Amino acid sequence: MGASVKPTRFQYHAPTTVGDVVGLLAEHADEAKVLAGGQSLVPMMSLRLATFEHVVDLNRVVGLDTIERTNGHVRIGATVRQARAEHDPMVASEVPLVAKALPHIGHFQIRNRGTVGGSIAHADAASELPATALALDATIEAAGPAGTRQIAACDFFEGPSQTALADDEILTAVRFPVWGVGSGFGVAEIARRHGDFAICGAVAGVQLDGDRVVKAAVALFGVGPTPIRASSAEQAFVAAGAGADLTAIGREAAAPLTPSSDLHASGDYRKQVAAVVVRRALTDAIKEARS
Amino acid sequence: MSETIGQISVTVTVNGRRRTVTCEPRKLLSDVLREDLNLTGTHVGCEHGACGACTVLLDGAAVRSCLLFAVQLDGSDITTVEGIANDDGSLNDVQQAMQDNHGLQCGFCTPGVVVSLTAFLRDNPSPTDDQIREAISGNLCRCTGYHGIVNAARQACGRPEGAR
Repeated sequence: MGASVKPTRFQYHAPTTVGDVVGLLAEHADEAKVLAGGQSLVPMMSLRLATFEHVVDLNRVVGLDTIERTNGHVRIGATVRQARAEHDPMVASEVPLVAKALPHIGHFQIRNRGTVGGSIAHADAASELPATALALDATIEAAGPAGTRQIAACDFFEGPSQTALADDEILTAVRFPVWGVGSGFGVAEIARRHGDFAICGAVAGVQLDGDRVVKAAVALFGVGPTPIRASSAEQAFVAAGAGADLTAIGREAAAPLTPSSDLHASGDYRKQVAAVVVRRALTDAIKEARS
Repeated sequence: MSETIGQISVTVTVNGRRRTVTCEPRKLLSDVLREDLNLTGTHVGCEHGACGACTVLLDGAAVRSCLLFAVQLDGSDITTVEGIANDDGSLNDVQQAMQDNHGLQCGFCTPGVVVSLTAFLRDNPSPTDDQIREAISGNLCRCTGYHGIVNAARQACGRPEGAR
């Protein structure tokens, strides 16, 4: 019986330090790929949509699997599994939007292996965590040959599966800001089946002081080459107050979008749905903020 | 672990037995289980993480074995459907309930369903129907329409009144 193999041949590396990871990436440049949970990467390799000479596995790197509260943020290390973050009490209480977004990803078997950092570094424009990072103004911590640097989420997502990370850099952690009292969060998406990539989705956060909106954040996914921050809708919501006409705010969020069409949905349909999911996400966020 | 381009040797515990396998880095766990360890209970359907037929327990967590390279798993503990029965060899609650409720017809998806539900009910002993349906949403079945599987899950978590 011939051996079954799907991906093309590659050399496997299992370093144990970030320094060694970066060294391997610097040595092999664009011939190397970092493997975290592998829930997007391995299918791409098996289908031969992606081929690499070198695979650098992060799973044995020491110190990347921590969740910690640090200086106004919750910091989630690069190899923290989505399932662990989903069930972590601190994530649920301090950065509830992350906890609310996670169950929408794939299925529980996928989240048992997939990582928070890997989803953000993979930067699929239709996935939940990049939009969550963008809405919360998260900070991406990266390590490369020149040392470490911090990248604001708004500067991180550059295109479809393209980020500000250089070939010889890795994401080592993501820091999500903790919001203050009176905050609430919501996630809404439309998908053909549970666990499918969303046709369109939105994440929202609001901080209220009575009817006054202290802070509002809305980001959309599945409607462009990157997750998209709905800045004009946020401003309209802040100006109108917590009793705002959320249907109008949703339309404001959808207005600048030019989503593309595919076999799942036309661009026009996605744009209509964008207004609806923004309304739903904000509705849930306001309800939670008031509870 | 060596870092040569050829074969790599990994030692894993599979269904309680230590096994050492030498394979190429690109070989998926699902293929290693079936070809190198002759554990053909793990079924290979879509081979890209969509169907769930290849689900196994990795250190207790249900995962797709087609989305793992075997070389990643040195030192890990793996349970396949062959190792999921009770220690005395009798069917576990999920297996028995699948049989009692006609949770399978052709049986292709069954290993993945049994492994997934066993892990899910271990972690969520009293799920709602919605939670059961969500839990099996990652396992595609083209025969049953899922009703038999949902009924099996109800029985396995002690709600025989829910089973038909």
